[in-house]
Amino acid sequence: MTADHRLRIGFIPLVDAAALIVAVDKGFTANEGLDVELVREVSWSNVRDKLNIGLFDAAHLLAPVAIASRLGLGHVKVPIITAFGLGLNGNAITVSPELFSALKDAANGDLADPMVSARALSHVVMDRKARGEEQLTFGMTFPYSTHNYQLRFWMAAGGVDPDQDVRLIVLPPPYMVESLANKHVDAFCVGAPWNSVAVDLGIGHILHFVSEILERATEKVLAVREGWADDNSDVFRKLVRATGRAAEFVEDENNRDEVARILSSPERIAVAPEVIRRTLDGRLKIAPDGTYRSSDRYLMVGREGAARPDPAQAAWLYAQMVRWGQALMSAEGLAEAKATFRPDLYDEIIGGGPDLPASEPADRVGAFTGPAFDPDNIAAHLDGWKIRRR
Amino acid sequence: MDLNVKIVIVDESPVRSAILEEGLREAGFTEVTRIAEMTNLLARIYAIDPDVILIDLENPSRDVLEQMFQVSRIVKRPIAMFVDQSDTASIQASVDAGVASYIVDGLKKERIKYILDTCISRFNAFARLQDELDRTKSALEERKVIDRAKGILMKAKAINEEEAYSLLRKTAMNENKKIAEIAQSVITAAEMFK
Repeated sequence: MTADHRLRIGFIPLVDAAALIVAVDKGFTANEGLDVELVREVSWSNVRDKLNIGLFDAAHLLAPVAIASRLGLGHVKVPIITAFGLGLNGNAITVSPELFSALKDAANGDLADPMVSARALSHVVMDRKARGEEQLTFGMTFPYSTHNYQLRFWMAAGGVDPDQDVRLIVLPPPYMVESLANKHVDAFCVGAPWNSVAVDLGIGHILHFVSEILERATEKVLAVREGWADDNSDVFRKLVRATGRAAEFVEDENNRDEVARILSSPERIAVAPEVIRRTLDGRLKIAPDGTYRSSDRYLMVGREGAARPDPAQAAWLYAQMVRWGQALMSAEGLAEAKATFRPDLYDEIIGGGPDLPASEPADRVGAFTGPAFDPDNIAAHLDGWKIRRR
Repeated sequence: MDLNVKIVIVDESPVRSAILEEGLREAGFTEVTRIAEMTNLLARIYAIDPDVILIDLENPSRDVLEQMFQVSRIVKRPIAMFVDQSDTASIQASVDAGVASYIVDGLKKERIKYILDTCISRFNAFARLQDELDRTKSALEERKVIDRAKGILMKAKAINEEEAYSLLRKTAMNENKKIAEIAQSVITAAEMFK
């Protein structure tokens, strides 16, 4: 094995790093002749910076951060690409018992319906305002994150302006549960395993799986610098291929116990295999009383075309950046955002095509409400929203 | 050079942040504040209203600071990470040392460089101290293991301390291992025979 094949890859300890971790720990990368060192990181800023300056060859990265890097939003402009999506969905919105009961009182229908819960939230928010009470605070993981956009999308649909009517703050995932317990936040949107941890402690109710808000949302990607992929084309291909094999392994139900065990190791995610297993099964305890909710869309690692980078998804993420004032709308911006996602490379390395199974939404996103989404005309889509930044 | 800038150090390690503060003060910066408590971090920072923020890379709250880039209601003014596009050498040195820095737009580049160089050298000094401490600790651990192994050998073979030590040393030399490693095997074996 030559030194060229030695790779350093950064990750954040979350279940949606499964395909990457299994690729390394189950030997799929070694089979390709790659010697990979996985480096666990504590913040997305670190992962982004170390990828950008070349301390990492590749990284488990928030999809919107990959796009933001390419657009030069919020930080240094570095052309990042991805040829492999590490997962769709996987986050959940958890609320404190107090907020849950307020929402229940205000709900006109079943709270499991995101339109009902969003309208109930609007009632609660207006009530608090009328009584002169402090605004509700929602925690999310990063300004350029699906968590941020999913929360905003949901509450705005019910008439809540995420910048005016509530406070949205960034919190590192390991601090979410503690912040909910000591009432620094009233709710949060985060990935596994943190929602389950809050429910198990009896201090949170899972209100929604994010797949109830959008059927398909690209969560994390295997990100690399475009120049690195060009210069190390062979190694890059091997890495993508190995991760693809690992994603298949993760999706095979017979392997779930083994996958949960691999991920649970102290150097990887370091939580009990049983908690990881719940995420992989998409069956989560949602309330301290032991109520469960199941969804076959909870976290999708590779199945139903989840791993193939989808420019329609990139366009949706860019639309959120524009909607919430992080980016200015431009045709070039949209084109660059889409260019971050490289299905052509995926098709070449792993094989596949743009067609999604019939089970999947026609617009490739599947939002629970809102104006029609056309990835080639997001201006028209955004014009359909009342609540947005201009 | 105008050293009248407000600097905030965000670090959960009180020793390291003290070393950093001392370095900055020695370099002539007088307005240095340390934050060790991460709850309501943004509010604390806004209350101080600093020109420069330094944060340890091992601190997950780094992501909280990224929110300051967002133009929104709770942000008084946007803050940018110190390095610009052309300055990858500085960001590399900074990340290698384990510190990230954020500055208010408009601060002069040479001043930032001066602050950052001070921080990097202090962070490196702290890492060396930590390293020495770890080595001292492991030397102490080794000492304890060797003492226990000596005790076991003295009892089992009815020999004195000096003989027990020279037996460990001879075995280590023959097997090309460290004395502490041989001592550990003696302890493990003794536990199995219990």
